[in-house]
Amino acid sequence: MTWPPFLLNALLAGTAIAVAAGLVGYFVVLRAQVFTGDALSHVAFTGALAALALGVDERLGLFAATIGVGIALGALGERGRADDVVVGSVFAWILGLGVFFLTLYTTNNSAGNGNAGINVLFGSIFGLNRSEAVTATIVAAVIAAVVVTIARPLLFASIDGAVAAARGVPVRMLGYGFLALVGAAAAEASQAVGALLLLGMLAAPAGTAQRLTTRPFSALLISAGLAVGEMWAGLALSYTVPALPPSFAILAVATGGYALALLLTRNTHRVRRGWRTERSAKRA
Amino acid sequence: MTLADGPSWNPIIDLQQMWSFPFMVNAFRAGTIVAVLAGVMGHFMVLRRQSFAGHTLSLIGFPGAAGAVLIGVAASYGYFAFCLAGALVIAAMPRAGPGGYSAESAVIATVQSFALACGFLFVALYKGFLNGVNALLFGNFLGISTGQVIVLGVVAAVSLAVLGVIGRPLAFASIDPDVATARNVPVRALSGAFLVLLGAATAEASQITGTLLVFALLVMPAATAQTLTARPARALALTAAIGLVVTWLGLSVAYYTPFPVGFFVTSFAFAGYVAAQAVRHTRPRWRAVSTAGSPSPTGIAR
Repeated sequence: MTWPPFLLNALLAGTAIAVAAGLVGYFVVLRAQVFTGDALSHVAFTGALAALALGVDERLGLFAATIGVGIALGALGERGRADDVVVGSVFAWILGLGVFFLTLYTTNNSAGNGNAGINVLFGSIFGLNRSEAVTATIVAAVIAAVVVTIARPLLFASIDGAVAAARGVPVRMLGYGFLALVGAAAAEASQAVGALLLLGMLAAPAGTAQRLTTRPFSALLISAGLAVGEMWAGLALSYTVPALPPSFAILAVATGGYALALLLTRNTHRVRRGWRTERSAKRA
Repeated sequence: MTLADGPSWNPIIDLQQMWSFPFMVNAFRAGTIVAVLAGVMGHFMVLRRQSFAGHTLSLIGFPGAAGAVLIGVAASYGYFAFCLAGALVIAAMPRAGPGGYSAESAVIATVQSFALACGFLFVALYKGFLNGVNALLFGNFLGISTGQVIVLGVVAAVSLAVLGVIGRPLAFASIDPDVATARNVPVRALSGAFLVLLGAATAEASQITGTLLVFALLVMPAATAQTLTARPARALALTAAIGLVVTWLGLSVAYYTPFPVGFFVTSFAFAGYVAAQAVRHTRPRWRAVSTAGSPSPTGIAR
């Protein structure tokens, strides 16, 4: 069987993006910054459309907007963690700006660009060409490498910021650095599943992993592994059933995995508890 | 949408000219109702620190509307079915406390993304509907019928009436849930009731503003008002006033320019928020005096 090039490109970029999103997402969930990820999904939309409207590379706008706003949101909150009302107000306005750029872009390019907004919002991973896929892979590899490098101090700072600061961990700097990473990961993920759905790429594998284990480093690995597996399954599903768009298939698999984990772990808890009561009853 | 050469800068003449078009009259009527409804709901949403839940509820309407179009029923039913179901799901999840919802927020985020993905699937399955997507997402302020305004008014009146009944205990439960529980206030039931109301309000409002922009009217006027005052009644009135002003300004400016209403409404609202923040930070003494009357509720004026 020969694989069509668009599928290979999607697999290449998708794998790398999934690793980056899974690693970053674990810390996003751990640090209770999911709402910031939510905000960045709207920022990604505005960034990409601003770039399109101004006629520069879409990815330039994506990365500039998400990384810039990610750091700015950190600056607005205490110790690199933004308050949810501030985050909400900022991204609501940025989304308004996105609508402005969408109008600007569609009125300036009247012919056949009505779907540009849809593509930015919901992604088109099967539309990536070879050079785009290679760039996305390199950027994702860099993000993953940085996360792995700072994983230990970041974990310390995330779980107990005060003690970490007392031990000389640069908590504030890590907070900013991490938000920049979330921005970069958001920009990457939006190339795969689109601006509106990137939150699922960040949250679903990470939430599943946290449900499966309480050990942080195992959870980090499981999160990345799950993200990759869900990406492959989603791409395969979408390729075999052409009616399903890839973004939907990836999100559906990821959501299914999370739902399964929620059900199974709840059951094991119940089983364990039941076992314990049974044993104590026997002893009595 | 340039129907006039430009504003005459005489407000009476300009308003008369704008309101000579029925669609502008309906836009102003609907905008007024949505601004007040979203503002009042937003006041409690910001008070309860439930921005993330509110945002998710406002987005869940999109797959509802897209699905309704796909199976051939009116989009309104889809909005209501999905927003109310979403409200019940979020209400059923345990809340870990203000800000500390690490695992639960991952669930909400996944539900939100999956809902949007479903919306995209419905759009993809229903070929030829692609142009309607932008209206669902970004609103259709200038195509509102009189019937829609009436339905909107009824929903808003019912929601506000219910909120008027539960408002006082809800505010108590939002500000100090532990003390409220001790005083026999049904905190959990109130929380669920509020989410259902929020779902109904977003379902109705997003038919006008679009699912992506209704959140702006929920969060920004309320955040601005609560930056300026910590007194609930004053904040509520201020929220509604700010919502009205930004919506009317947005509609008026959009009438004279080729750019969409949503952009201007969010920009004016954000400008107000930034101004309020600037006032608060440059005049800390003023804030201390204005909040001296009531003890600062947790997290409102930090």
